Amino acid sequence: MSFEVMKDIFIKNWPFFLRGAGITLWISIIGTIIGAIIGLLVGVVRTTPIPESGAKRTVLKVSDRLLDMYIGFFRGTPMMVQAMVIYYGVASQFGVEINRIYAAIFIVSINTGAYMAEIVRGGINSVDKGQFEAAHAIGMNHVTTMKEIILPQVIRNILPATGNEFVVNIKDTSMLSVISVTELFFQTRSIAGSTFRFYEPFLITSFIYLIMTLTVTKILRMFEDRLAGSKTYDMVEETME
Amino acid sequence: MEKIIDINHLKKSYGENEVLKDIDFYVNKGEVVSIIGSSGSGKSTLLRCINLLERPNGGEIIYRGENVLNSRQDINKYRTHLGMVFQNFNLFNTLNVLENCTVGQIKVLKKGKEEAKEIALHNLKIVGMEKYINARPEQLSGGQKQRVAIARALSMEPDVLLFDEPTSALDPETIGEVLKVMKELAKTGITMILVTHEMEFARDVSDRVIFMDNGVIREEGTPEQIFNNPKEERTKEFLKRFLA
Repeated sequence: MSFEVMKDIFIKNWPFFLRGAGITLWISIIGTIIGAIIGLLVGVVRTTPIPESGAKRTVLKVSDRLLDMYIGFFRGTPMMVQAMVIYYGVASQFGVEINRIYAAIFIVSINTGAYMAEIVRGGINSVDKGQFEAAHAIGMNHVTTMKEIILPQVIRNILPATGNEFVVNIKDTSMLSVISVTELFFQTRSIAGSTFRFYEPFLITSFIYLIMTLTVTKILRMFEDRLAGSKTYDMVEETME
Repeated sequence: MEKIIDINHLKKSYGENEVLKDIDFYVNKGEVVSIIGSSGSGKSTLLRCINLLERPNGGEIIYRGENVLNSRQDINKYRTHLGMVFQNFNLFNTLNVLENCTVGQIKVLKKGKEEAKEIALHNLKIVGMEKYINARPEQLSGGQKQRVAIARALSMEPDVLLFDEPTSALDPETIGEVLKVMKELAKTGITMILVTHEMEFARDVSDRVIFMDNGVIREEGTPEQIFNNPKEERTKEFLKRFLA
């Protein structure tokens, strides 16, 4: 290899690299956000205390079982295989061709959701029991307790893990090339095919992945610091009343 | 005398372990009742049963003529009438001091923000924490946290205040500031039920003292009766250890 070849390939193909990187980033951002929302909802349902009797008990028991199956399936099979099953499955069974990008976002979201559900469950279980008791003691019901008191703490605690999922998603979208999503890995393979060079294009691409993941990590770290709040507080000398 | 809370034949057990055995207990309006006893006697469990943080296995809890253990009763509504102060403060971590005192008013009592803030500030003034409204719980000392927790409970304008060993997690120097606030409160005529190991304090502020032992109320009476002339052997034994 030579630096000249690499430069030449990049200059001739940069719009493809850029578009690929854009699609990779787009799928992973949307997928992580939707996945995090799925994870929060599933995590909240799975940590809802099951009453001793009544219809609510049956509903919760059934939904717990179904959600266990969802998490088990998506954590237990490779995303690449899921992509093939879902994309070609829908195409062959229902005769509809789904937009590849939507399919990609769907697969990443539902995958991230399965992982995030476990992270959220751990996050909720690790909140001090006293927080629940104090909320119940002032008359909050379960939903208000979760919304006002518990989830803000959970979100703060799971932020590092969510960032981790985001980084994993940036890298793992490369697997979606199996359903011909034109993300970065797919684009690089096309460039490699047309230039008959593999080493240089993929070296360029590895740098692009690295830049994306490092930037995301940095941004999330700043966000975490902001959520932690300021280290000081102002004393109030005179209060209105 | 009007009984605010009237408990009859209350039972609570965890599996084989009977923690409360047939408890009869009441508190009159405006009364300050202290519950004393050694660890494991069931006094905290009794207090936690009163606001249903622990679900009793039997008996009844009558509040304003209604048995709150009846399944038709709205437990959350009932709890708004009882203010609870915990041993470990349990301030809401992600909220600042002011928000800790307003969140219940706004989200549960459905009060407006301004009104809630006014009530919160009034109560924070009572406990001497009005200057710290912007601070977060992690930035406060134990005594300060507990005073905010008292203001939070007061801000719901409850009928009864429940204190579950409110000074047990504090260092000796800050116990005083919390006890002072509680003493002031007791004078205002609010109804208080207090589980405590602070015998001097219980003797000073209580109208009635209850000594619990092994899941039953062994003896009850005025502070003079309990502390100066205990009748039961167990009471004498317990007090000897504490007042020595």
